[in-house]
Amino acid sequence: MAKLHVTTTINGEPTEFLCDPSQSMLDVLRNTLGLTGSKEGCGTGDCGACSITLDGRLTCSCLVLAAEVGGHEINTIEGMAQGDELHPLQQKFLEMAALQCGICTPGVLMAARALLEKNPDPTETEVRFWLAGNLCRCTGYDKIVRAVLETAAEMRSAA
Amino acid sequence: MNAIDNKWIGKRTIRPDGADKVTGRAGYSADHSMPGMIWGRVLRSPHPHAVIRGIDTSKAEALPGVKAVVTAKDIVDFPLDKSVMLGIQDMRWMCRNIMAREKALFHGHPVAAVAAISEEVAEAACKLIEVDYEVLPHVIEIEDAIKPDAPILHDFVRHEGKPSNIATTMVNKLGDVDAGFAQADLIIERSFKTRPVHQGYIEPHACTVSHAADGKVTIWSSSQGQFMVRAMTSLLTGIPQSNIRAIPAEIGGGFGAKTIIYLEPVAVMLAKKSGRPVKMVMSRDEVFRATGPTSGSMSTVKIGVKKDGSIVAAQGTFYLQAGGLPGSPLRGPVGCSFSPYNIENVLSVGYDVVSNRSKVAAYRAPGAPLGAYATECVLDEIAEKLGMDKLELRLKNTAKPGGKTVYGATFGQITFKETVEAIKNHPHYTAPLDKNPSKGVVRGRGVASGFWFNAGGESSAQVNLTEDGNVTVTTGHPDVGGSRASIANVTAELLGIDHSRISVLIGDTSSIGFSNLTGGSRVTFASAMVVTQSTEKVIGQLKERAAKIWKIDPEAVIWDNGEARPAGPNAGQFPPLTLKELAAKANEMGGPIGAGVQLNTTGADPGFATHCVDVEVDVDLGIVRVLRYTAAQDVGRALHPSYVEGQIQGGVVQGIGWALSEEYLYNAKGQLDNASFLDYRMPVCSDVPMIEPIMLEIPNPKHPQGVRGVGEAPIVPPLAAIANAIHDALGKRFYSLPMSPPKVLEVIDAR
Ligand code: FES
Ligand code: FES
Repeated sequence: MAKLHVTTTINGEPTEFLCDPSQSMLDVLRNTLGLTGSKEGCGTGDCGACSITLDGRLTCSCLVLAAEVGGHEINTIEGMAQGDELHPLQQKFLEMAALQCGICTPGVLMAARALLEKNPDPTETEVRFWLAGNLCRCTGYDKIVRAVLETAAEMRSAA
Repeated sequence: MNAIDNKWIGKRTIRPDGADKVTGRAGYSADHSMPGMIWGRVLRSPHPHAVIRGIDTSKAEALPGVKAVVTAKDIVDFPLDKSVMLGIQDMRWMCRNIMAREKALFHGHPVAAVAAISEEVAEAACKLIEVDYEVLPHVIEIEDAIKPDAPILHDFVRHEGKPSNIATTMVNKLGDVDAGFAQADLIIERSFKTRPVHQGYIEPHACTVSHAADGKVTIWSSSQGQFMVRAMTSLLTGIPQSNIRAIPAEIGGGFGAKTIIYLEPVAVMLAKKSGRPVKMVMSRDEVFRATGPTSGSMSTVKIGVKKDGSIVAAQGTFYLQAGGLPGSPLRGPVGCSFSPYNIENVLSVGYDVVSNRSKVAAYRAPGAPLGAYATECVLDEIAEKLGMDKLELRLKNTAKPGGKTVYGATFGQITFKETVEAIKNHPHYTAPLDKNPSKGVVRGRGVASGFWFNAGGESSAQVNLTEDGNVTVTTGHPDVGGSRASIANVTAELLGIDHSRISVLIGDTSSIGFSNLTGGSRVTFASAMVVTQSTEKVIGQLKERAAKIWKIDPEAVIWDNGEARPAGPNAGQFPPLTLKELAAKANEMGGPIGAGVQLNTTGADPGFATHCVDVEVDVDLGIVRVLRYTAAQDVGRALHPSYVEGQIQGGVVQGIGWALSEEYLYNAKGQLDNASFLDYRMPVCSDVPMIEPIMLEIPNPKHPQGVRGVGEAPIVPPLAAIANAIHDALGKRFYSLPMSPPKVLEVIDAR
């Protein structure tokens, strides 16, 4: 089958790629563009490891057809740090040990950033429900939730 | 070690692999590619039980884009009559697990594999493979598999002289249980059931392999042991270990299940046949269907006590589901269930039962949670009948140093009592609990304890100084959750230099000495030990170099806070030499500085845990929510407290899932009905509260830093703690897991 040509923006960079009509955005990110920071835990929208933002909206990239992203703006974990400077969430996750194996971490960070952009002062319950789509099997979520709350507090006081 | 003396040990430093993991740079198993790489897929049995009469792969091979096809014929056959062991794995079963041989034994059992230019072509080719199956009656549940007229999976399995699905029996014994029960004032005997649960790591199994023209194989995959990957691949492909280099990718969770392999030998044979690098990645569906889980169980526990609460006898019978091939973790329930307690008469028997499900794999404290579930629920009932405080009952019976365990060991240091006391003295245990906060809602509190053996075993480390005076440490253990951070802390402490000057790496099988699996709660214990010994050797070399420069006796040099100094005024007056200065002079003063140690470590004493939990039950919907959770454990010495806490918190939440929502659901056709994260319900963030860990640091005297394994004990108590809490809330006891809404309603509605 003929490949489709797609023009999009990924982490601020104009990007072009060819894909099959059936290919998911996650597949293209990982296997065509070499952006392997987004992970495939399930491919069915149930684990959140593949989380990206599409025009600012938190999305499971495994559920998006790559052919549909033309003209839209995508952000992935690779675009979260500014050069050498980690995003406050990334820094806080390291300081508070909010990751063990780290496979869920890119997705959790993308989701947490989307939360704080919407709601800079979330309660613990709000954090827990917002992150309910991101499975983590290692941490029991405790340190993840604390790191998000702590980052939110710091970002508010810095603002 | 005294905490006050430590600059790095016990500090919450930033892990060496951290920045890579929060930026998406870290390379996990599915993240690697190779030039010219093709893709492999597996054809799996649609039947739970069938003889494979023949396989015709010709149509698949003829499909354009297909480069190789592999079946059991390409995998080394280990005949059924002779066991060949690699650690605890019998290669007779492993060779049949990675590729069905005489029979397909479960729905999803690999039957053939294809490598092609894309996953789609490989998938299409799998559909063209014609397998001639003779479908046989299947059996899924333990109670059905042990019936006299059950379909028999294996002709070679005999129990009491007859064909059977009971593959092995394990008996552990102490004293005389009959005599013990005869002295009892109260005997409680109950039967329990648990369902198989999956380890649930978020990273599916994956590998990329290359088989070069000179016969050299490179494997890039994540596992709990690159040396296991090398050895098992070698055994199953016939390629010598010296020709295989297994490179450990970052591992996205394993919890025991990645102590065996599924894909690597198949990928190697596909690569060999096709002459191309091959990548294989399992789907989540395949992970659920054909890897893990841990055993489901059927157990009966009987405990006899005197009026004052002292336990006089205990008996446990544990039937464990092995899946299609033998190998349940019998040692877990048989050895652990009664070990926290000082009981003179114990009989603990385990049966390994095969049935048409995927072969089980290790899961955190393999088998121990099943046993503790039964024992700790019976103890709860005993305390209730005796009108005794639940923790008092445990305190009265704690095992003693020098006491004999049912599994044969004699206890050295025992730190169980401390965990019980920690819960007893914690505000959680005595906090008021509103038992009926609103209509239709009841609350309860439960406690339970647990035991895990812990392990030592083989480990290797190499500590080298760089020419610019910094340090690299290489070990042979995949880091599943922060072990590099602990190693960096230990090395910085011993050398007296800043933590940031140390980089910690995990070597591949060709660059570091043999190291056993990351499992059994052994890695921090064992690797800290070999890293300590290696670093001490390096310090010895540094002192020698300083002595040479100063022309004094090496004995007269001390290493203090990152510098060599003369031991005292008699040794001479010299300004100290820093590690950097000595490293700079290394080559002119005798050569590079570095040392390695390879050791079979010993002294990993058992771990104990006691937990307390509050739950809330919605009596109309049957939903159980965990409100508060406190977990006390003796951790020996927390080299990096955050990652110790993380082990406890993660283990507890896995236990909550096991207790409340996780289970394998098979339909009447013997097919797994819930092979997805949507239908296999693991706890999500909004399901659980904060988990409060109480880390008791009672140094293990047999370890240089006092380390005790911590990873597994935390999953042992939750099943019973939650069941006991639900009983406290509802006044009803549950004898089977998971305590999911339908089950809770059933028990509530039962007269
Ligand atoms: S991989 Fe997309 S949600 Fe799991
Ligand atoms: S850190 Fe391993 S899954 Fe979240």
